[in-house]
Amino acid sequence: MTVHPLHIEHAWHDVGAVDDIPERGARRVSTAQGDVAVFRTGDGKVFALIDRCPHKHGPLSQGIVHGHSVTCPLHAMVIDLASGELTGADAGKGCAPTVPVSIRDGRVLLAAPTVGS
Amino acid sequence: MMSTPAPIQGKERLVIIGNGMAGCRAVEEVLKRDPDRYEIAIFGTEPRVNYNRIMLSPVLAGEKSFADIVINDEAWYRDNGIALHAGRAVTGIDLEGRTVQAEDGFELGYDKLILATGSDPFRLPLPGSDLRGVVTFRDLDDVEAMVAASAKPGARAVVIGGGLLGLEAAYGLARRGMGATVVHLMDVLMERQLDESAGFLLREALLERGVETVLGAHSEEIVGQDGRVVGLKLKDGRVLPCDLLVMAVGIRPNSSLARAAGLAVNRGVVVDDGMATSDPTVFAVGECVEHRGQCYGLVAPIWEMCRALAQSLTDGEGGYEGSVLSTRLKVSGVDVFSAGKFAGGEGCEDIVFRDAGRGVYKRVVIEDGKVVGSVLFGDAADGGWYFDLMRAGTDVSEIRDTLIFGQAITKGLSGLDPNAAVAAMPDTQEICGCNGVCKGSIVSAITGQGLTSLDDVRAVTKASASCGSCTPLVEQVLKLTLGEDFKAQTGPKPMCKCTHHGHDIVRKTLVAEGLRSMPAVFQALEWTTPDGCASCRPALNYYLLCAWPGTYKDDAQSRYINERVHANIQKDGTYSVVPRMWGGMTTPDELRAIADVADKFSIPAVKVTGGQRIDLLGVKKDDLPAVWADLNAAGMVSGHAYAKGLRTVKTCVGTDWCRFGTQDSTGLGIKLEKALWGSWAPAKVKLAVSGCPRNCAEATCKDIGVICVDSGYEIHLGGAAGLHIQGTQVMTRVATEAEAMQVIAAVLQFYREDGWYLERIYKWMARIGLDAIKAAVGDDEANRVALHERFMISQETAQIDPWAKRATGGHEAQEFRPMAQLPMGMAAQ
Repeated sequence: MTVHPLHIEHAWHDVGAVDDIPERGARRVSTAQGDVAVFRTGDGKVFALIDRCPHKHGPLSQGIVHGHSVTCPLHAMVIDLASGELTGADAGKGCAPTVPVSIRDGRVLLAAPTVGS
Repeated sequence: MMSTPAPIQGKERLVIIGNGMAGCRAVEEVLKRDPDRYEIAIFGTEPRVNYNRIMLSPVLAGEKSFADIVINDEAWYRDNGIALHAGRAVTGIDLEGRTVQAEDGFELGYDKLILATGSDPFRLPLPGSDLRGVVTFRDLDDVEAMVAASAKPGARAVVIGGGLLGLEAAYGLARRGMGATVVHLMDVLMERQLDESAGFLLREALLERGVETVLGAHSEEIVGQDGRVVGLKLKDGRVLPCDLLVMAVGIRPNSSLARAAGLAVNRGVVVDDGMATSDPTVFAVGECVEHRGQCYGLVAPIWEMCRALAQSLTDGEGGYEGSVLSTRLKVSGVDVFSAGKFAGGEGCEDIVFRDAGRGVYKRVVIEDGKVVGSVLFGDAADGGWYFDLMRAGTDVSEIRDTLIFGQAITKGLSGLDPNAAVAAMPDTQEICGCNGVCKGSIVSAITGQGLTSLDDVRAVTKASASCGSCTPLVEQVLKLTLGEDFKAQTGPKPMCKCTHHGHDIVRKTLVAEGLRSMPAVFQALEWTTPDGCASCRPALNYYLLCAWPGTYKDDAQSRYINERVHANIQKDGTYSVVPRMWGGMTTPDELRAIADVADKFSIPAVKVTGGQRIDLLGVKKDDLPAVWADLNAAGMVSGHAYAKGLRTVKTCVGTDWCRFGTQDSTGLGIKLEKALWGSWAPAKVKLAVSGCPRNCAEATCKDIGVICVDSGYEIHLGGAAGLHIQGTQVMTRVATEAEAMQVIAAVLQFYREDGWYLERIYKWMARIGLDAIKAAVGDDEANRVALHERFMISQETAQIDPWAKRATGGHEAQEFRPMAQLPMGMAAQ
């Protein structure tokens, strides 16, 4: 359990093993509020974003992962995985919300909010 | 903290448990500061003097002898008045009475005690791990056992663990003449120190030195015979025969003595910044230590700890604050360096340099204007410089442009603009490393022979003619020498931002140099990014697939989503599904099956396509495998409506029904589609066969079209009816169906081998010219036959219905399921 700066406590949810995500690829996690895209980069890092491109809502989980970026499958927008921000010529024009992610013992944990005490 | 009671006999008694590198270095550091303060005794379990354990690898490799690696010989102990108890293992510590006990009953009192017990190699609890011939790689006894095993002619060794130690062990054994294979759990060698690109190069370099590597390998059992190891069995069933098995899977701090004595121990013996344990008279140093939650297995941090400890023991200032790590591999001729966040990360920026000619790969990672990590392969000379910049937290924004070229160049060019920098270079300065051309030779060639272009300079001097990375420098020299006469030259457009090479060079080099994997291409052609981008990866994946059919493993993650999931993504994230209808023919049963699928999966739209088949639109990704299973059951396969490859062969009804038909256009269309389906190409390929020149199948706006005439078949090429509208041109006329089939397969193969990724046939034709295609396919029969043959070989492994493969489950079905389903929302920020 970690404490978020805004005093929101995260409940961590195990969504599977890191190895369930292909290297330089992504998987979806479906939630009550839509899909979350969980990415694994070539250097073994894991990132999570709301699975919706800020441009025209393309599913980012279906894009090509390169470096620490993903290219949206609909119109080839390039999104920075760490910040969710559009990059290149589209920088500053939108952002896919990030989801806190934690790796423990090879498992991927996503944070769900519960209002803290 | 060092208020000590007055020593009873003038000197305090300092006892060290551990005669290894840490224990002895700690003593040296103390003697350096205060040679007369302590009466010193050292206990060691090995019956020999102190030696440099990290140099065991060169001893194993036969490049050094034991005498070479002795740090402190007997004279050192004698001269410094140190009592060495070699071969005498300490079995207990009495903290209360301040004494240590040895196994032979010997007891010694102390005022200060240092634990330098090091670490033990970790042994995997595999069945058979107690067999003879199974060793670790830790001390001289291990090395002697390994050297003895290598004496048997034809002996083979397997090393479990592709980390630093495992690779050095394998290399040493290979040098001793053994066949050596390293088995590594991960997909990258030394994955804690190297990124994938460097790992790939290391693998190649080791292979050249006789060390094979098996990656992603899970060890299951050590196989024995008569109590001796004969092989290692992997989970996938493979057995690697061996006479020696070395476990090099890691170390763990040797803290049992401290634990038994009642000192605080986690993974290692817990110490503070002054290296004191939970008992203020007992200190610990080296690999047995846990400091601020960290254990260390490298030598540099141990030296830092020893200095901090000596400060503590001599009432000095300054504690140990933890170490920033760097690694070098000790394999002759393989220069590897790694430090810090070598793999980058959030907010980091990569600078990548590759020199294929010299087998060099360098990656420097920058964050907030500072170096935070680096990995160097092939030329690690600047490792120390990057490491210093990293530790000092130097702002490198000013030198960012030349940083990757190393300290010498950066310092040499600092403050100069590129023009001035080149002007300031001496004539003897080497410009082209590959061909050894210096500035003076280039200048004299330009002035002496009246050269005016980069190509001229290349042709005459060979500068920038190999790897091309010095092209900007050569161009600068040309510009400076010619002055106003210089005209900039525009070369072929690079494939993408990751490379300065165009498609043509990449395709040709890949075949000519036998590059069979993406990391191999990245290195040989000096990609400037660690793993490419969404533009070059699909292209390279195709080029490799086309060059090495049957052996190259398709990389799904380098495919655009439509090709990865074999359906077309729609604006709302659903997919469309198009089953194949050979030559546009269908049956009532197929239509019924399509209708049933549409009902069963509530598919919202069903449409007839321009390519004479039926599109099911709005299918949910999760439903795709089940939809395919039902279509497969009715005998239908993927229509590849998503592929950079063969789409459809449109036909008219031909002689079967049409009063004008001259040939069986439907039949030929079906035969063509059956022969060509499944083939990947640079871009989509659409065909049509019309039964007469009235051209009802619209063959003259297809990539490849056939117009049947009384005397045979006109083969058309290069039509388009999309963004661009263009009629075909006639490539050739043939008399028989069989000839038509052969010519079409041959021209398709020529396009597959020569076209640039995403370049449609009409663009390819415009680039190379119809005459070149006619010459290669029409006139040159031997070449046509060869092209056709290569196409057929490629089709052997391409014609597998991708739907059936995924509809039946297995690993590929995973793509279509969510990783998890959660009943709540996520904490998006």
